[in-house]
Amino acid sequence: MPTQDRHPAFAEATAGKHNGSMIAVHRLEKRIGDQEILRGIELDVARGETLAIIGRSGGGKSVLLKHLIGLMRPTAGEIWIEGQNIIEMSERQLASIRQKVGILFQGSALFDSMTVAENIAFPLREAGERDPNVLRKRVSEMLEVMELQGQEEKMPVNLSGGMKKRVGLARSIIRQPSCILYDEPTSGLDPVVSDSINKLIRRLQRRLGVTSIVVTHDMKNAFHVADRIAYLHDGRIYFHGTPDELRASTDELVQDFLLGRSDDKVRVES
Amino acid sequence: MFARIFNALGRPFVRFTQYLGEVVMLAADTFQSLFTHRLRWKLFLNQVVEIGLLSQLVVVITGGFTGAVFSAQTYFQFHKIGMGSATGAVVSVALMRELGPVLTALMVIGRVGASMSAEIGTMKVTEQIDALRALAVYPTDYLVVPRALAMMVSMPLLVAECIAVGIAVGYFVAISLLEINGTYYMANMVRWTRNRDIIMGLSKAFVFGILIVFISCHKGLTAREGAVGVGRATTEAVVNASLAVLISNFFLTMTLNIIYPAGYQ
Repeated sequence: MPTQDRHPAFAEATAGKHNGSMIAVHRLEKRIGDQEILRGIELDVARGETLAIIGRSGGGKSVLLKHLIGLMRPTAGEIWIEGQNIIEMSERQLASIRQKVGILFQGSALFDSMTVAENIAFPLREAGERDPNVLRKRVSEMLEVMELQGQEEKMPVNLSGGMKKRVGLARSIIRQPSCILYDEPTSGLDPVVSDSINKLIRRLQRRLGVTSIVVTHDMKNAFHVADRIAYLHDGRIYFHGTPDELRASTDELVQDFLLGRSDDKVRVES
Repeated sequence: MFARIFNALGRPFVRFTQYLGEVVMLAADTFQSLFTHRLRWKLFLNQVVEIGLLSQLVVVITGGFTGAVFSAQTYFQFHKIGMGSATGAVVSVALMRELGPVLTALMVIGRVGASMSAEIGTMKVTEQIDALRALAVYPTDYLVVPRALAMMVSMPLLVAECIAVGIAVGYFVAISLLEINGTYYMANMVRWTRNRDIIMGLSKAFVFGILIVFISCHKGLTAREGAVGVGRATTEAVVNASLAVLISNFFLTMTLNIIYPAGYQ
């Protein structure tokens, strides 16, 4: 079984602990009620690389992602971001970390009482920028990057799913974070829009040189954007390696996931 | 058996104590933020409009009809013992010390408390509050502080308005419909109404405002489970805030009456 310990890529990554890495997660556990969501996650993300976390729906991928920015508190374990253990930080102390890490939520989480332009300008305004010309210029730049020119005055309720994702992404990168977390960036989108989002993620990586973590169960998305892929199964990182290593894996569980095969148990449950 | 009884009584008590603790912690966090972090003036002024300006019609109607009916009922009773001209004094003192603050608070709960809870609750279940946190904005600073401050400013003004309208309409009903002599009505009202009655009413308004805003915001911030959760949070916010106002009103009356005793002294 390709456990995390057996994989050279993972062993190499974890050997250095959090020294020099952008994000390091050690023995992360999360229990909600009687349910164990995460059971000792070990993860290391180098600066500038893109890691895709794949796994089945309801497997704890989004929970793991929310832990990385302090939106959820773990039951046990450590999360190091740029050498700081965020578990020990209060909600107010986390602000300094959150300025460096942007997140695209699964449902985009746009502020529904604000226009597209106000949503995108929100982080800058909160950071103290008051000059309307500067705000307008930065919003226009972001809209151009996201190919959303002319949509400034629209309300989120009038946007399509793909447009909402782009606006959410624009809002999370306008302050130029050093790391971007994507929670299911292509879920609920048609193949063409999904492809455009994948290309957008790749373009942002090249343009901004940011560290990225993409949580997805869309394998096309994972293979398109990732330098490394981690397969989350049963609350643990079951496989960790490059996209080619994942494709070449002979492990039955990994292959079942890649090929979308369900076992008898799943069929009975569904 | 005792264990079962203890369990049955103990669990709701623990839950209630935990709930009170959470509301108090939210209040403490808000006051700390109020004095240590920048105020978002635009949000504060928006809330003043939402709470204060847009509640005008509700408060004027509440005050007006309460003053009218209270004036009539008092006259019907006092008239029998030849004290019809004391109606003004009773209406004025009752509106200032009890009716004005309590009825305004109940109307504000229905109009503003419910909306606060639903708005914040919807933001919670659609991850907008998580988005605020992810964008390095502390939700208490952004959502609760402007609302709390606006409520603390608006409630005393709304109560003062409710009392003033109630007294004015009560006077109009008394002299035009009930044939009370206007001069006696005014003289008795001025003689029996003291500054302490006004202070008591406005003090209650301030306390009720604090109770309403923290109970409503807390329910919104802890809303769960989608649309059903938001609906439940809104209902609970209205019920809890109404009960808190009515219960605290008794204790405030007893306490404030020591400092500001009622009657002609």
